[in-house]
Amino acid sequence: MTPIRLVVNGTEHLLEVEGPVSLLSLLRERLGLSGAKNACRQGECGSCTVLLDGEPVCSCLVMATDADGAEIVTVEGLAGPDGSLHPVQRALHDHGAVQCGYCTTGIVMSAVHLLERNPTPTAEEVKEALAGNLCRCTGYGAIVRALAAPERAADGEAP
Amino acid sequence: MTTRLDAPIAVRGGVGTSVPRPDGIPKLQGTFAYSGDLHHENMLWGATVRSPHPRARIVSIDIAPALALPGVQAVLLASDIPGNARFGQKEQDQPILADGEVNFWGEPIAVVAAETLPQARRAAAALVVAYEPLKPLTDMEEAARRGEAFRTLQVVNGDQSLRGEVAIEGYYEVGIQDQAMLGTESGLAVPDGEGGVDLHISTQWMHVDHRQIVDSLGLRPEQVRLHLAGIGGAFGAREDLTLQIHLCLLALHTGRPVKMVYDRAESFAGHVHRHPARMWYRHEADRQGNLVRVEARIILDGGAYEETSGAVIANAAYFSVGPYRCPSVEVDAVAVRTNNPPAGAMRGFGANQVCFAHEAQMDRLAAALGLDPIDLRLRNALGHGDRLPTSGQEITGSLPTAEVIRSAAALPLPDEGPSDDPRRLPGGVGLTTPPGAVRRGVGFAVGIKNIFFSEGFDDYAEARAVLTPAGLEVHTAAAEVGQGMVTVLAQIARSATGIENVEVVFDHTGQIGSAGSTSASRQTQMAGGACLEACRGLRAKALERGGGDRLDDAGVWSEGRLVASLEDLLAAGPLEHHTRFRHAPTEPPNATGQGNLHAGFCVAAHRAVVDVDPELGLVRVVRVDTAQDVGRALNPQSVLGQIEGGIMQGVGLAVMEELLVDRGVVRNASFTDYLIPTILDAPDVEAVIIEEPEPGGPFGAKGFAELPAISSTPAVVAAIRAATGRDLNRVPVRPQDIAGV
Amino acid sequence: MLTVRPHSLDEALDALAAHPAATLLAGGTDLMVQVNYQGRRPEVVVALRRVPELQQMDDGFIGAGVTWSRLTSAPWPGLAQAARTVGSPQIRAMGTLGGNLGTASPAGDGLPFLAAVEARLEVASRAGGTRSLPWDEFLIGPKRTSLRPGELILGVHLPGAMPEVQEFAKVGARNAMVISIASACLVRSPDGMVRIALGSVGPTPLRAPRAEAMISAEKRPSPAAVAEFGRLVAEEVRPIDDHRSTAAYRRHAAGVIARRLLERALA
Repeated sequence: MTPIRLVVNGTEHLLEVEGPVSLLSLLRERLGLSGAKNACRQGECGSCTVLLDGEPVCSCLVMATDADGAEIVTVEGLAGPDGSLHPVQRALHDHGAVQCGYCTTGIVMSAVHLLERNPTPTAEEVKEALAGNLCRCTGYGAIVRALAAPERAADGEAP
Repeated sequence: MTTRLDAPIAVRGGVGTSVPRPDGIPKLQGTFAYSGDLHHENMLWGATVRSPHPRARIVSIDIAPALALPGVQAVLLASDIPGNARFGQKEQDQPILADGEVNFWGEPIAVVAAETLPQARRAAAALVVAYEPLKPLTDMEEAARRGEAFRTLQVVNGDQSLRGEVAIEGYYEVGIQDQAMLGTESGLAVPDGEGGVDLHISTQWMHVDHRQIVDSLGLRPEQVRLHLAGIGGAFGAREDLTLQIHLCLLALHTGRPVKMVYDRAESFAGHVHRHPARMWYRHEADRQGNLVRVEARIILDGGAYEETSGAVIANAAYFSVGPYRCPSVEVDAVAVRTNNPPAGAMRGFGANQVCFAHEAQMDRLAAALGLDPIDLRLRNALGHGDRLPTSGQEITGSLPTAEVIRSAAALPLPDEGPSDDPRRLPGGVGLTTPPGAVRRGVGFAVGIKNIFFSEGFDDYAEARAVLTPAGLEVHTAAAEVGQGMVTVLAQIARSATGIENVEVVFDHTGQIGSAGSTSASRQTQMAGGACLEACRGLRAKALERGGGDRLDDAGVWSEGRLVASLEDLLAAGPLEHHTRFRHAPTEPPNATGQGNLHAGFCVAAHRAVVDVDPELGLVRVVRVDTAQDVGRALNPQSVLGQIEGGIMQGVGLAVMEELLVDRGVVRNASFTDYLIPTILDAPDVEAVIIEEPEPGGPFGAKGFAELPAISSTPAVVAAIRAATGRDLNRVPVRPQDIAGV
Repeated sequence: MLTVRPHSLDEALDALAAHPAATLLAGGTDLMVQVNYQGRRPEVVVALRRVPELQQMDDGFIGAGVTWSRLTSAPWPGLAQAARTVGSPQIRAMGTLGGNLGTASPAGDGLPFLAAVEARLEVASRAGGTRSLPWDEFLIGPKRTSLRPGELILGVHLPGAMPEVQEFAKVGARNAMVISIASACLVRSPDGMVRIALGSVGPTPLRAPRAEAMISAEKRPSPAAVAEFGRLVAEEVRPIDDHRSTAAYRRHAAGVIARRLLERALA
């Protein structure tokens, strides 16, 4: 058993972890945070994306014992104090970018990371930032429309 | 049957508006409970033992090593199945757990339950199964020669002596596509302590699952209740049973709740895939381009068990000519049995394969005749009042083929050529392709699909509209798989009643009858039609009880005065209306595939623009534009979402998706090597929505959402042919096919 | 399972001295796939991402712990171009150059650059001290390295005089998140010397010495010479058939991207 300390959505957790269990398993099964999804466990789909020390990672590929000391933000950590939607979530909702929704929380986390660094991305910048998030339902059109900045439409790519 | 084209009542959130989906916020915030998120106190985890051989005799199974492991509570075999040991929607030919032999790679042999998932997986791995491998039958043509057929049909229509002045023959192949829905198979079975069980499940049709589960468990129908859990996509993969019976067996055997979740590799093994196809075609036309005769021979590989192969091959046969008039048709079609992984439903259901072939044929015919390929299609376009060239059925509903062709063709082509941005070039940020190496091509294709089941299947959907003090509930068993049924049903209910506060309630199988399958582009018209009927009936009852002429959230109004609140209405007792909605009847085919086999059709045209690097064979799909027949767009944003999503799947089949099966064994059961398109692979899409109301549809709406995945594939391949001059008779097109190495 | 999380190189080397058979964990993007899918259960894990010495990137030394994300803005264009093609943003945030070397997949995206510039690896252990060895003595076969028990990779040394012109290309079956079917890195010095290394077309990254010799002798290569270069590269690679592609296509693609990389280098 390995003791680890991690801060998840601002709350500190002290846990004992056995074996090479992933951060994804830890979040879902030990901490009850089922927003991050398991759709491949190979880092190929991005449904498990969380922010680890500010960077988007596939939590299925993070060994929980190696997350000791890390600050993790999951989708559950984005809600406003009144439970309100983060602007990224609002944009995706308004543009019809959610169908089955299985990819959605991963896309939200990748998008939050993108928009914090680049608040007005072109469509191509959105695509490159979300290249690690597979979606099977939407064909990505609504996702790009939700996230790309309309004022950048002239920058070579219409949103 | 009430008319469907009555004007909707003016109300906020009704049909025709892009109402946001009611489950959007929970999905965005991560609180939506998918079947894989379910949890129950005291629950066990299940795991499955699967065959590594495509065909083998099972010599012995030793479960003792599994039972001996810590935490293991059950190890079940075929002999533990109390009722019918086989399942299947049509034929119960498929073992729930293999008994004595296995017939496909991945076939389930045993299921185990343990306290934790790792324990269950270890137990599954610990089972000792001795096999005698046998030679698998894996070639579909060999299977056809041997007569290993689930279904053979012949479709013969018109004067068989007719011949054209020009004839084009072609051979086409379609590889195995997988639905690859992101939510893998998962569910939770909870025994009720009285011999029955509640199953919380992701599925496309709860009642057909229920029937098979009851049959296999040997229980009374009311002892098994299926509850719709949150579903992460389906696309056909959930039409046939996967873990449903396994879960119930384990739950009843252990007396504890059991949860099972497939990981991605197991998901590839555990569900049906699209039928691979081999097709031989001959198109004959006169010099003006009128189709005279089409002959087709179609083989679909159904894999080891029938699943829905009988219906898929029928679809392929009936749509083998496409949305065109043709006075002479002869089709031989067979779905064969092999030891390949079972094939079944996937968006398009047999129409995709033949659409790839018939659209390639039309292009080649156009070239041989010196005609524009779009003009050739327009000349032969099938419409209202024509007869389907295969079954001979008169098209009495809407079918705006000429209009979708013209509308798609009229969309402007991009005026800017390949850009410098590597993300918009073939090869992407791999920097393989300078702009000068790019050749652009444009391709066009049209597809037709039936709506609803066919060939005399008695299809219906139930709904119950219930008045509440706050508004209205619509109760249904329809599966919301992500497509937005939950949104649209509420919109229909609003427009049918005038009440804005509507909640869609997903009843379990004990509370309401079947809504039928979420598939076959049927649910908008079936669950939607049932909802409309139920709501109209409820409104009539409310107006009568309240003594007025208008209903809304405040209550019943008479000549502008509120005469009864909703609470007033309910004081006299519950107010609800239940309905079982049926579409117009269809009939089974005669011996040559003739008859009124279908109750509705839809059509779409796609135009693809691709940039190709011919030397490396890399493709970037720049645009796929479309004109889509939808009858009436109940939710425009949702319609566009289905179109873009379907196009992406069609593009996937065109250029990258293939399940590689080598002598019966799947070689790429992972997202590393079964490639579905990423956001960087997505084309731009412009969609023209054609609204020609469908008499059988709620407010004129028709089902449509398979078509975006059907004719998009041949449009993309046609564009690649135009860019490269290559024949390309197979999908998915691989780099080596284009490069010619 | 024991996880050791050293905060310095000394601590890391001590941990490996105590557990020479320990599993090294950097970004986890290869190891965790083995854990998740192949049932790999390490007994001891030495996690390296807190070791500052492995994070350095300067003066021609790239620490083994430098992530792909940082490498996308590295001052070496050949490596930066390769880094941009690795996996996805999520993979790039965790995956490291050292991991790429340690896994030693024939398709490793960073390996052709290192082979083309003739990087030297620096490895270290308590028992053996620090060793420096050329890339081709480290990468000895598909998924095989000459790393000894108790050793870890400190990083790579790039030669003092690096060719300024560096070009990379990777062929894959879709536009993102793809294992390469063929890849190549070409470098050219002002004196006309060209080196090219190719990935996914042999058991390790391959150089093409005959092609290199031919084209390096040409001060101002003619179009015919450029085409010949591509042809020779295609002859020198040793691809196989697998479920991702065919040997014939890989050979063809190697020749095409070799020629195009040279054209880019000459432009």
